[in-house]
Amino acid sequence: MIHLKQLHKSYVTGNNRLHVLKGIDLTIERGELVSVMGSSGSGKSTLLNIIGILDAYDTGNYYLDDTLIKNLNERKAAYYRNQMIGFVFQSFNLISFKNAMENVALPLYYQKVGRKKRNKIALEYLERMGMLEWAMHTPGELSGGQKQRIAIARAMISRPKIILADEPTGALDSKTSFEVMEIMQEVNREGITVIIVTHEHDIAERTGRIIHLQDGIIDKELKPVELQRYA
Amino acid sequence: MLDGDKWQEILSTISKNKLRTFLTAFSVAWGIFMLVILLGSGTGLQNGINREFSGEATNAIWIWGGQTSKPYKGMKPGRHIRLKDADYSETKSNIDGVEYISGRYYIGGNSQVSYKNEYGSFNVNSAHPDFMHIEKIEMVRGRYINVIDIKKWRKVAIISEMVQESLFKDEDPMGKYLKLNGIPFKVVGIYTDLDIRNRGLRTIYIPITSAQAVFNGRGRIHNFVVTTGDASVAESKVIEDNIIKSIARRHTFDPEDDRAIGHWNASENYQQFQNLFAGIRIFIWMIGVGTLIAGVVGVSNIMMIVVTERTKEIGIRKAIGATPGSVLNLIILESVLIIAVSGYTGMVMGIGLLELLSPVFENIPFIYQPEIDVKVAVAATVILVLCGVIAGYMPSRKAARIKPVIALRDE
Repeated sequence: MIHLKQLHKSYVTGNNRLHVLKGIDLTIERGELVSVMGSSGSGKSTLLNIIGILDAYDTGNYYLDDTLIKNLNERKAAYYRNQMIGFVFQSFNLISFKNAMENVALPLYYQKVGRKKRNKIALEYLERMGMLEWAMHTPGELSGGQKQRIAIARAMISRPKIILADEPTGALDSKTSFEVMEIMQEVNREGITVIIVTHEHDIAERTGRIIHLQDGIIDKELKPVELQRYA
Repeated sequence: MLDGDKWQEILSTISKNKLRTFLTAFSVAWGIFMLVILLGSGTGLQNGINREFSGEATNAIWIWGGQTSKPYKGMKPGRHIRLKDADYSETKSNIDGVEYISGRYYIGGNSQVSYKNEYGSFNVNSAHPDFMHIEKIEMVRGRYINVIDIKKWRKVAIISEMVQESLFKDEDPMGKYLKLNGIPFKVVGIYTDLDIRNRGLRTIYIPITSAQAVFNGRGRIHNFVVTTGDASVAESKVIEDNIIKSIARRHTFDPEDDRAIGHWNASENYQQFQNLFAGIRIFIWMIGVGTLIAGVVGVSNIMMIVVTERTKEIGIRKAIGATPGSVLNLIILESVLIIAVSGYTGMVMGIGLLELLSPVFENIPFIYQPEIDVKVAVAATVILVLCGVIAGYMPSRKAARIKPVIALRDE
């Protein structure tokens, strides 16, 4: 599903050149639930942005579902994001003046699905998240856990191949984090590849594979059972 | 680009940010409102002046006698120049470009006019047949002065509807005799004057030759007036010069002597007013366009802030599949919608106010029917949409360039 080969990425700010990813080789199979760990500055967010086609890389190759993702123009990148990838963020990133249903339906708007139809589909996804009764509420009226459920519904509505979650539980208490992880696992059981960036061990423990980044390279890959020993 | 969903999207964005949108829209509406009021007032002023001129030919040249101020051919200055019949007839037959011409002989002050036991004090004016065209006199019944009247010194009178009402009451005046300073004149015509101020309606017209004969002025005229057809101002000035030169020859005075002959060229005067209007119009457009530009810059500025404010939102949209083109469209269309709707509202309010005030100005001189024409209104609408695109362009470029990854960076 995801295939990275000798991926390099550096940021240039003024005269400084910051080499963030220093040759990443990584393969993630269809239907995997993977977590990415690492201290801050290890490049895990950059890696996620590149996998999510939000950012470009310098050298190497990135194949997503056998498609080479390289030097795309913005239009093309937007198309692939819309078709293949769902995002879940730490700060939810819902549009504040749209209600839950409209937020969930937004990816379908960019697929040119009619308003009635996409709202109907949005309600179905909200129902699956147990959020149907909150469909007409704006994000400001909802709790963190509820917002994240809506964000997950939005990520799923376009039936993506992969869902990328950047610290999805970072802003939630442990009980809600647990619930959100249950949902992520359930999404994964439907066959969607899920990649979660996190620094919490008990979140990473619940994934099938843990990829650990250190200074821009993958220094270890662990199974959940190994995590405790490692920690 | 114009599908319903896009508008739905824009409308919901606008309706969620009502105050911001209102403040933006207000500046544009105000700009257009002021432009309409200014243009309307300008047109009103022009219509008013044109109305003032409407009673008279705007291509008339008036000539009257004066007093010499320069010595000429051995004669001292200070001679009175008195116009004669010859000045009229020479001008009529020998000066090129003269369309209509009429001499005038004044009886002096208001005259006592009576019919049976009714008395009134009216202005008695003597003229040639052409005077009808010069003063834009419209006959209601009967006829104006004709050539035979002039030739035979017939004692006929052409009265106005006002004179008819005050002297004849319900009686039919045609063919009746009224007395001017005690001398009977036969009524042969009733006229009305297109001059809105009705100043002409106190006047009774009689043939100039009859006036000269009856009121002791044989061969003498006080002034004469010619019209110059569709001559330009420059051509009209040439005609005026030629007339003065020919009079100077007959009366032996220096043609360069300004005081010897009085003259007034209406077309020159009219042209000055027209130039003044052109100036006023340019001035108004400058102010109006300036106001509009201020409005557009305001909208552009606010859209810029809006884009900055919405950086995160736009980033989210891009992350979930919005193309740069769709973001560009979104911002430009929002700007066009705000400017077009608010501009149109301002225009309608401006036109409404002008319509409301129009009757108020009905009786005030120099302002009449303030309005703006349909062409200007249509042009304004097109300009408004264009302004919206211009105002939205820079901010939308900025929005389209937002990188989703930057927008999504957590705080």
